[in-house]
This record gives sequence, structure tokens and C-alpha cells, in this order.
Amino acid sequence: MTQIFAYIPHNNGEPEDIAFEFPVAAAKIDADASVTAVVTGSGADLDQVVEKMTSVYKEVIKIDNSELAYPNAEVVRKAICNTISSDSIFLVGHNTFGMDLGPGLSIKMDSAFVADAVDFEGVDGSLLKIIRQELGGAVSCHVTCDLSSGAVITIRPGSFAPNESGSAGGAVVDKSSDAGDLVSKRRFLEIVEAEIGDVDITKSDVLVSVGRGIEEEENIEIAQELAEAMGAVVSCSRPIVDAKWFEKSRQVGTSGQTVKPKVYLAMGISGSFQHMGGVKGNPFIIAVNKNAKAPIFQVADVGIVEDILEFMPELTEKIKEL
Amino acid sequence: MEILVCVKRVPDTAENEFELNSDGNDLDRDDLVYSVNEWDNYAVEEAIQIVDNVGGSVTVVTVGDDESEEVLRREMAMGANNGVLLSDDAFEGSDGKGVAGILKAEVEKGNYDLILTGAQADEGAAQVGGMLAAMLDLPYASLVNQIDIADGKTIKVGREIEGGNQEMNEIELPCVLSIQTGINEPRYVGIRGIRKVAKVEIPVKSASDLGLDAADVGDAGAKVKRVDYFVPDLGDGAEMLEGSTDEIIEKLIEKLKAKGGLS
Ligand SMILES: Cc1cc2nc3c(=O)[nH]c(=O)nc-3n(C[C@H](O)[C@H](O)[C@H](O)COP(=O)(O)OP(=O)(O)OC[C@H]3O[C@@H](n4cnc5c(N)ncnc54)[C@H](O)[C@@H]3O)c2cc1C
Ligand SMILES: Nc1ncnc2c1ncn2[C@@H]1O[C@H](COP(=O)(O)O)[C@@H](O)[C@H]1O
Repeated sequence: MTQIFAYIPHNNGEPEDIAFEFPVAAAKIDADASVTAVVTGSGADLDQVVEKMTSVYKEVIKIDNSELAYPNAEVVRKAICNTISSDSIFLVGHNTFGMDLGPGLSIKMDSAFVADAVDFEGVDGSLLKIIRQELGGAVSCHVTCDLSSGAVITIRPGSFAPNESGSAGGAVVDKSSDAGDLVSKRRFLEIVEAEIGDVDITKSDVLVSVGRGIEEEENIEIAQELAEAMGAVVSCSRPIVDAKWFEKSRQVGTSGQTVKPKVYLAMGISGSFQHMGGVKGNPFIIAVNKNAKAPIFQVADVGIVEDILEFMPELTEKIKEL
Repeated sequence: MEILVCVKRVPDTAENEFELNSDGNDLDRDDLVYSVNEWDNYAVEEAIQIVDNVGGSVTVVTVGDDESEEVLRREMAMGANNGVLLSDDAFEGSDGKGVAGILKAEVEKGNYDLILTGAQADEGAAQVGGMLAAMLDLPYASLVNQIDIADGKTIKVGREIEGGNQEMNEIELPCVLSIQTGINEPRYVGIRGIRKVAKVEIPVKSASDLGLDAADVGDAGAKVKRVDYFVPDLGDGAEMLEGSTDEIIEKLIEKLKAKGGLS
């Protein structure tokens, strides 16, 4: 029988959403698999997460150690290698922790590694068929992964429906005493919180969001004028912040702000999952992009194939005439 | 400080409209525009700035074909001192582990204090840096957006995590770091800069030069293989507004009014 483990990320005693998505992902790999949650941490916060996970998983492995109080991937990796059998399938979220942990873990477990799975098409012999995307979501592909010596797979957050049945009645297995030597050459120091800017994009019902398609810093003005005419605020994708054309607090996405507007205009944004991961609350999404095949059109409600540098000024004029 | 930066030549997502070939199983690669992976430019810039401050040298390395030489030259035009091309027919079809294993062989021929990769490349895998570190038994940090070189034995690095928060770590040298965009502002490279390095010798190393067994790399050694590319069936997708720009704007304004987009 296939054994699947899922590493449960958590904050302040709360499991992250993906903790509820792993069981559904695991069932798509193999409906008969035995699925075990692995929770590392320390103290009361850990106990609370373990308790919550027993309603979702039939078995929950708990590893309690003060060295694991903050999830330093280098330390967590050691704890996992010392407790978990390496010929199984090990699931991790494709988030900033999973990117830190997964690749190195696969080397130490001598397992295959696949990143950012969005779906599974089952196992044939020893080959698991996986769906993932490349080139910022512009194309999808099938990959096969040889499971014969185990696999570490990272799962894209939000790709599988959450399991909310809450009736697993799981057993807790305490493996704290097996964690072993957790000394690491990388030490966690502190978290520095993101700076708060002068414009709060999370408060606006309507966002005019600009991406790399804006091309030049001067052109931001064109988006500002449109936003002003609409009574909206201008937000942006990551490359605009990387170029220092806007401060970080204007960035929408997993490494920026989470926004919940009523209407979201994506202007020259391709629609990467890290960008769309910050757009919540099911807004009405309008995408304008000069590439008819841009992935943003798969998630938008309304799509327009135009050059934003010409389209936005004309739209601004028409709105002003209303 | 001796720094190695891993770079990759990738199809440029800003310059291409990706289409499948006539068989529908691969990209139509005929007219693709390639460039250096966006993340790798930030890694090279960071390496150059560190060497400007504390001395040392920057070497750029890539696993690729003959055409990958152009990205090495571009990064040398930015200011990297040396370039190395790891190229062999046997490398074709390598999975992430295969690429990391090839890079490991080259790392072991040098004496590096710091190894940088991009956070991710065209496949969105974010895997090679972490694999390389684990193979070399070196400490690793991903998504680095700040590096403070302290005493030369340990450095302080910031990792960008969810919400744009920063996780500060102390890490011992030598180490491997994957670099996130935004850590610096990569310098511009003009035609003249490229011309200057056009004649610099770039060594090419094969599997046997690196002491690698062809059975362990490339398609032969890969546990993960891409089968095909395809266009997913995503249901309806967006309602596309068509017509003249005036007509499109008229339809859009109606929709904006209905959805509360105009106030
Ligand atoms: C760990 C991690 C976290 C990340 N976090 C975030 C995040 O929080 N937010 C975020 O946005 N990204 C984030 N990213 C980056 C993300 O992967 C993408 O690289 C980024 O979102 C791309 O931004 P973009 O759509 O503006 O640019 P591109 O992908 O380059 O798209 C530009 C689009 O503009 C179109 N275009 C060009 N010119 C015009 C024109 N004149 N008129 C109309 N259309 C035009 C093009 O067709 C293209 O579709 C993160 C990446 C990583 C690895
Ligand atoms: N073929 C390659 N040659 C050299 N470096 C690579 C190669 N592939 C990936 N890398 C490095 O690994 C980083 C992450 O890529 P990936 O793991 O493929 O997403 C890239 O930014 C490069 O620094």
C-alpha cells in the first residue's frame, strides 16, 4: 500500500489552509493510500495543531523539540530524515517554506522530486503522472515521476479542494524522541515585518493593477489617471516593485498584499499563481493584455486583447465623459 | 570571496507567445526568443557587488548547449570574471537532480565560499539550489533578498517569505543561496559591453571532464521526465470583449457600472 506523508505548516497554533488540501491531493495520487500528517514544532502551539489534524488524518506524527519552535527548513529536514521512512511519498506545500525544504529533503532521502504539482493522474506501475505548469503558467505539461525509491512533491496551494469532513478520528504518534541531532549551520534570528506604505490597497473596492506590460516608469501616470477617474487605487505586480517604481505595499500577491476588492483590473499582468494568490474574495476580474494567450484570461471574468498604453487613456476619457 | 553563480538560458516570457507544435506535444520552438533567467541576473549582480566590496572573483556557470554560451557572455559583460559551460549530449533530458549533480561536479573542482542560484527558472521548480546544497552538505537558504557579509565565516541573510515579511538568518560559509528578485537593481548591459567580452575564452566541460558517468545524468539518470505539453481544458475562461476599441470600451463601462467598478 502506498504510504503518503504530508508536512503540516502552521502559525500560532493554526494549521495553514494547505493542511486540509493534502488529503484530497493524496487521494488523487492513490485513493487507497494511507495518509499521515507530520507536525513539527514545540509546546502548546504544536499540541493544538496536532489535535486539529486528528480530525483530518487517520494518523498524526508529532515531533516536539525546542529547536523546531520556528520552522527553519534545515532543522526540520533533519527531524524528518530521522523519523520518516524515505521510500514513501512526502508532500509539502509549494510556498516559501516548501521551496526551502523540499529539494534538499529529496536529496537526503534519495527520493525523486517534483515541484508545484497542480493535479495528479494516478499511478501506473511505479510511475506517478503529475500535471504542472511552466513559463509562468503559459503552458501546462504532464511529467512522470518514478516512485520506486520514494518521492518528495510540493503541491501548489489552492489547487485541491479542502477536506472539511472533520471525522478522521486520527491517532497521535509521538516521535519526538527519535528527532535526533538537530544542530544546523543556519540559525533563525528574527522576522522583520513588511513595511506599511502610505496607500492601503487592501481598503479599496476597485483596484487598477499594473504589471510589466506598463513598460516604463513614466507610464504609471496613465494608470493613475484611470484610477482617479474610476475612484480606484493603483496596485501592481512584483516586477513593478522590483524596479522600484512603486513601494512594496502596493504589490498584490503571495509575497505582497492579499486584497479582496469588488473589481480588479489586471493591466499588462500575465496572471502567475503567485500574483493571483493575493487576489481573494472572488472579485470581478477584468484583464487587458496584448497577448490573447496570456494565462490571466483563464481566470479573468472579462478579457480584452489590447495594448494597455493605448487602451487606458481612451477608457479614462470615456469615463470622464459620463 | 570566491563566488560561483549558476545561470540558465530560458525562453523569455515577456517576449514570446507560447504555442504548441503541430503534433501538440511540445512547444513550437522555432521562433522563441531566449534570454538569461530573470532571477539569475539578480544573483550575478549581487555577486559582483559583494566582490566589489570585499574582493574576490565571480564565476558564472551553466549546464546547456552551445547557444547557452551567450548568457555566460552577457553575465561576463555585467562584470563576472569567468565563465564555464558544462555541455555534453549525455546531459540532455536531465531532471533537476541531474542538473544539480552536474553543477556539483564543477563546484568540487573549485574552492568557492559562496554559491548563488536564482530562486527559480523557466520551469518554476525552484529546486536546483537546494539540491546542490544538500549534495555538497552545505547549508542553504532560499529566496534571499538581503545579504550582509559580516566576518567572512558567517553571513546574515534575509529570506523573503509570505506577505513580504523577511526571515533573518545567520548562515555559515561556505553556503548555497537562492536569490529572489528585487534584492538589487541589476546593471544594464549594452552592446558595447557584450562586444568587450566577445573573444574571452569560455571553457567547455563534458561529462568525462567532470568525471561523471553518462548513465547517471541526462535522460538515463532522470527519475522525473516531462511527457508532453498540453493546453488545459479550463472551462469557459474569460468572456472576451471584441469589436472596435470604442465598442469594447462601451461594453466594459456597462460591466463596470453593473459590478460597482465606477463611483
Ligand atoms: C516566491 C515567489 C513569490 C512571488 N510573489 C509574487 C507576488 O506577490 N506578486 C506578483 O505579482 N508576483 C510574484 N512573484 C513573481 C511571479 O512569479 C511573476 O514573475 C510575476 O507575477 C509576473 O508579473 P507580471 O505579470 O507583471 O509580468 P509578466 O509575467 O512579464 O507579464 C507581463 C504581461 O504584460 C503583457 N503586456 C506587455 N506589454 C503590454 C502592453 N503594452 N499592453 C498590454 N499587455 C502587455 C504581456 O503579454 C504579459 O502577459 C513571485 C515569485 C516567486 C518565486
Ligand atoms: N541548466 C542550468 N544550468 C545552470 N544553473 C541552473 C540550470 N538550471 C537551473 N539552474 C539554477 O537553478 C536556479 C533555479 O532553477 P530551477 O530549480 O530550475 O527552478 C536557476 O535560477 C539557476 O541559478
